[in-house]
Amino acid sequence: MIKVLLHLKPFALMISFIIVLVAGQALAELALPTLMAEVVNNGMMQGDTRYILTYGSYMLLVALISSVCAILGSYYSAKVAMGLGRNLRKKVFTRVENYSLHEFDQLGTASLITRTTNDIVQIQNVLVMMLRFMIYSPILCIGGIALAVSRDKELTVILLVAIPILIAFMGALAYSVMPAFKAMQMKLDRLNMVLRENLTGIRVIRAFNKLTHEQERFKEANGDLTDTAIKVNRTMSAMQPMLILILNVTTIAIVWFGGVRISQGKMEVGDMMAFIQYAMMIMFSFVMVAMMFVMVPRAQASAERINEVLGMEGSIVDPEKSGLPSEGERGHIVFENVSFRYPGAEEPAISNISFETSPGEVTAIIGGTGSGKSTLVNMIPRFYDVSEGRVLVDGVNVSELSQRELRSKIGFVPQSALLFTGSISDNIRYGKEEATEEEVMQAAEVAQAGDFIAEMPEGFDTAIAQGGTNVSGGQKQRISIARALVRKPEIYIFDDSFSALDFKTDALLRAALKKETDTSAVIIVAQRVNTVMDADRILVLDDGKIAGMGSHGELMKHCQVYREIVSSQLSEEEMKAYEQ
Amino acid sequence: MSNESSRLSSGKPIRGGIGQGPAGGMSMPVEKAKDFKGTLKRLVGYFAPQKLNFIAVSILAIVSTVFSIFGPMVLGKATTKIAEGVMSGRSLGYLSVSQYDFEYIGKILLFMIVLYIISSLTGFAMSYIMSGVSQKTVYVMRNELKDKLDRLPLKYFDDRTHGEILSRGTNDMDTIATTLQQSLTQLITSLVTIVGILIMMVSISPLLTVIALITLPVCTLLTMFVAKKARTYFANQQKSLGEINGHVEEMYTGHKIVKVFGREKESIERFQKINEALYHAGWKAQFISGIIMPALNFINNLGYVFICVIGGILVVKKAIDVGDIQAFIQYMRSFTHPIVQTANIANVIQSTIASAERVFEVLDEAEQLPEIQNAVAVRKETVCGEVGFEQVRFRYVEEVPLIENMNIHVKPGQMVAIVGPTGAGKTTLVNLLLRFYELSGGRITIDGIDITKMTRGDLRSLFGMVLQDTWLYKGSIMDNIGYGLEDSEQQKIIDAAKAAHADHFIRSLPKGYETELNEEASNISQGQRQLLTIARALLADPPILILDEATSSVDTRTEALIQKAMAKLMKGRTSFVIAHRLSTIKNADLILVMKDGSVIEQGTHEELMKQKGFYEDLYNSQFTKNPNAQEEDDE
Repeated sequence: MIKVLLHLKPFALMISFIIVLVAGQALAELALPTLMAEVVNNGMMQGDTRYILTYGSYMLLVALISSVCAILGSYYSAKVAMGLGRNLRKKVFTRVENYSLHEFDQLGTASLITRTTNDIVQIQNVLVMMLRFMIYSPILCIGGIALAVSRDKELTVILLVAIPILIAFMGALAYSVMPAFKAMQMKLDRLNMVLRENLTGIRVIRAFNKLTHEQERFKEANGDLTDTAIKVNRTMSAMQPMLILILNVTTIAIVWFGGVRISQGKMEVGDMMAFIQYAMMIMFSFVMVAMMFVMVPRAQASAERINEVLGMEGSIVDPEKSGLPSEGERGHIVFENVSFRYPGAEEPAISNISFETSPGEVTAIIGGTGSGKSTLVNMIPRFYDVSEGRVLVDGVNVSELSQRELRSKIGFVPQSALLFTGSISDNIRYGKEEATEEEVMQAAEVAQAGDFIAEMPEGFDTAIAQGGTNVSGGQKQRISIARALVRKPEIYIFDDSFSALDFKTDALLRAALKKETDTSAVIIVAQRVNTVMDADRILVLDDGKIAGMGSHGELMKHCQVYREIVSSQLSEEEMKAYEQ
Repeated sequence: MSNESSRLSSGKPIRGGIGQGPAGGMSMPVEKAKDFKGTLKRLVGYFAPQKLNFIAVSILAIVSTVFSIFGPMVLGKATTKIAEGVMSGRSLGYLSVSQYDFEYIGKILLFMIVLYIISSLTGFAMSYIMSGVSQKTVYVMRNELKDKLDRLPLKYFDDRTHGEILSRGTNDMDTIATTLQQSLTQLITSLVTIVGILIMMVSISPLLTVIALITLPVCTLLTMFVAKKARTYFANQQKSLGEINGHVEEMYTGHKIVKVFGREKESIERFQKINEALYHAGWKAQFISGIIMPALNFINNLGYVFICVIGGILVVKKAIDVGDIQAFIQYMRSFTHPIVQTANIANVIQSTIASAERVFEVLDEAEQLPEIQNAVAVRKETVCGEVGFEQVRFRYVEEVPLIENMNIHVKPGQMVAIVGPTGAGKTTLVNLLLRFYELSGGRITIDGIDITKMTRGDLRSLFGMVLQDTWLYKGSIMDNIGYGLEDSEQQKIIDAAKAAHADHFIRSLPKGYETELNEEASNISQGQRQLLTIARALLADPPILILDEATSSVDTRTEALIQKAMAKLMKGRTSFVIAHRLSTIKNADLILVMKDGSVIEQGTHEELMKQKGFYEDLYNSQFTKNPNAQEEDDE
């Protein structure tokens, strides 16, 4: 929490204003009963109407000061809290945008979203409370005690009894309720989980007639939660009545002992009345501080999560000076003994990979799940840094290029097509901002997206909903391909990205693509033999190692793994047909 | 908050609301129910079994409030007595304890302690009872919601996100519980307090009451004015917050895209723009809601000062006692709080009714057709597995025809291959055969019996499913294989796993058969998942199978195992296979060619080749040596 609060530095001036203002407000609040005591002592008891009027106007003035201070304080604290929120959000977002895939995977997308949004809102809310109460309560408390002592020292003894009782009571309550609250949260999570499982697994549950079983599970979780919630709420029921009772009994004690003091001539009636109000302010300030103790731990968890984001640096750093690729080379990729190990993993994901591509060539990568296909292509745009060996693009090591420059050479189509909100043409232009209308349309044509876009009510201006829910998987994939094509990059990478297309579209797309890519390197990751068969070069990956490299024909002759893959996917008859 | 402090500093009836947020919810936009009255009535219906408790709580609330309201009045009497002592001391000109009627004062104070203790005890009893009432009511509602969900057709779940349904079962229920727990009793106590204080104030001094009440309309006008302003700012803030959350979500889920297209800078710029707007809307909303308390407090203080001044003059004129002034001030200070609170509760109740309405919406959804009376009893041991579709018509959406007039007849033990570019057909097939969806026309029969004449449970026990997605659930591997059976013996499970070639990989897992699968079963590979479902089907021994041959994302060795196991499983059973292998297709007794979810051609391989239609095109494309080979994916 403290670490997060260090980000308050730019607001130091405003915070000092707040301190002054809140202190002013607290002092004014304390002054009111003091003035009232004077009115009672010297006005009412003496029958002095003028005195009452004079002091009455003083009181008005003090009340005004208190409110003005409070309003100004609220103005500055709103600006500080929201300003801190804004700054934190910006820092977190900028940091996350600089994360490489590695840091991203480590914290998880969902968690990062929460950290950038809800967690910061939490901090903001707690800060608003802190700026008010953290300053207000101590001043109210100390000022109240000072004034109480100045009215009558002996009577303060009552507070010495009342305040420990108050603290002891709140402590005992917190002690008994806090663990129960945690248990309740856990039981609520469990109920949520059961319900969620029932929703995700609804077909399984119904198909296997497990409704009764699931109902029992739910009722059990529900009953469990209810029991704990009742227990917690019943304990909490004691809080208010008990607090009020403590405050009221304190008041009564003050009146009794105050009466005794008055009868001894040691204090006046007005003093006693003021004393009651001081006592209430002091005890109230303790309650407020206790409330802070409840709120801060909640924000603490948020603060820790935010610190984790800010404490983590993007592991991929641009070189000081971006090396320039040699003139004229284009679409040339070299892997030299590349190995990569995910941090913490026992086994490398890919090891000892070497190959070279030339412009106009198609290199296909095939292999089972977990064989390292996607990992391999992730090395080219430098999503990860190689552990050993090097990757050269146009003769330059990728780690010597700035990420922006390197990636400007690449058209990447990921496994799952992901579109952003905006029109279809906005999405295609995401690949090349300054693309002309013709370029956008041409890219869409090549990606076989022209027809369905034309059929849409607003053509290229049709809006894509968040998450791309208003277009089908195949359509999404085609737009995503167009997005890469519009860049006319040196390197095309298709990471298993034809899966949602039907075979006919797929065929047309490849044929059209062929014309576009005669000066570029094309890398295609695939699961299916049919997809890779006519590539210039096929890389067969098995457990992260190259099990074979060559054309389909060569691999059929020499590569056992490739033959296994082929025979598992095609019948003998088909294999023969292909060989003809 | 300074209002709260003064409320406390006057030492008198504080009820509820310690630690309420600064804005107290008063300026937040409130969600409104569509049918407030109807929903309220229905919600009240849920309290009927707790009627006695409700009456008890109401009585306790009134007693507690009334007793605490007497406090300041009685305390004032004590102060007056003390002041009288001082006065008489002054008039006598010397000090003497005997002028003070301590016996009287003592009695009053003791009486007060009793009052307060009763008030606190009744207040405690009230909340205590209400805890049970609110939680039990919600318990009943939750169970009712769950029972209802179990009776809803699958269409309901397919049309909605899980989050949407979940939130009704948890968030909305929570809102209802909290309101029952706190707001209802607060409403009672606040109203009683307002009336009680008014009575007390008038009884002390009608003149001072009028002065005190002058501040009231000013407060109301001010609150209304500020609240109106605040609402627009809060709406703006909400809008910016929504935008920024949307942007963050999109950029984070598309992180890879942003990176590979080098758009980090643009993304940050756009974020900053929204962030700045959020800041401006945010501090204004925060500030305006921060104004309301100090402003009200000032007006309240104005009243306080007037009472002090005018009361002081009245005391001087001996028209009123000092203690009465003290009491009056206390009453006045505790007067605004219940009014503000009542206004807040009005909002809370509105959003609660909106929550209740969402829950009731689910409860009012049309249920699936009830089980038929006198259903034909079918047992998987005796069913042969003959399946017939007679003039089956089906559409998910009324306007979009999907399956029209489909007739097929599958003899026991036959294999039906389903082929086509996309896998939408699979889901539909499962939906219809297992009667997750009702037909729009025609009928499906098994062994000549219309499936709607069986209970759903009996019908579903006839099918075994070997599909890749979501057909496992959280639990141990042992439970998952034995899921179709009650009390499967361990040995039978292990035998089935062995037959399915799954035993080896299961034993290589850290906890063997006791390994817990997580929710998405992502801790084992997709191929292994499929082997488990095969083992399960072998164990359950159903007469009819639905299988998915899709082997994408499966490594070659596992794939070989899956094929062996599937062949074993299909022997002697009627099977519907989502086919990906041409050999399977050619051997099928019947091929259904599906496109966009509907069957466009059917027949044997030879028949379909003769038709020279879509199937022929599809089949030939696999053999032409071009790159356009089919890349097929299930779903």
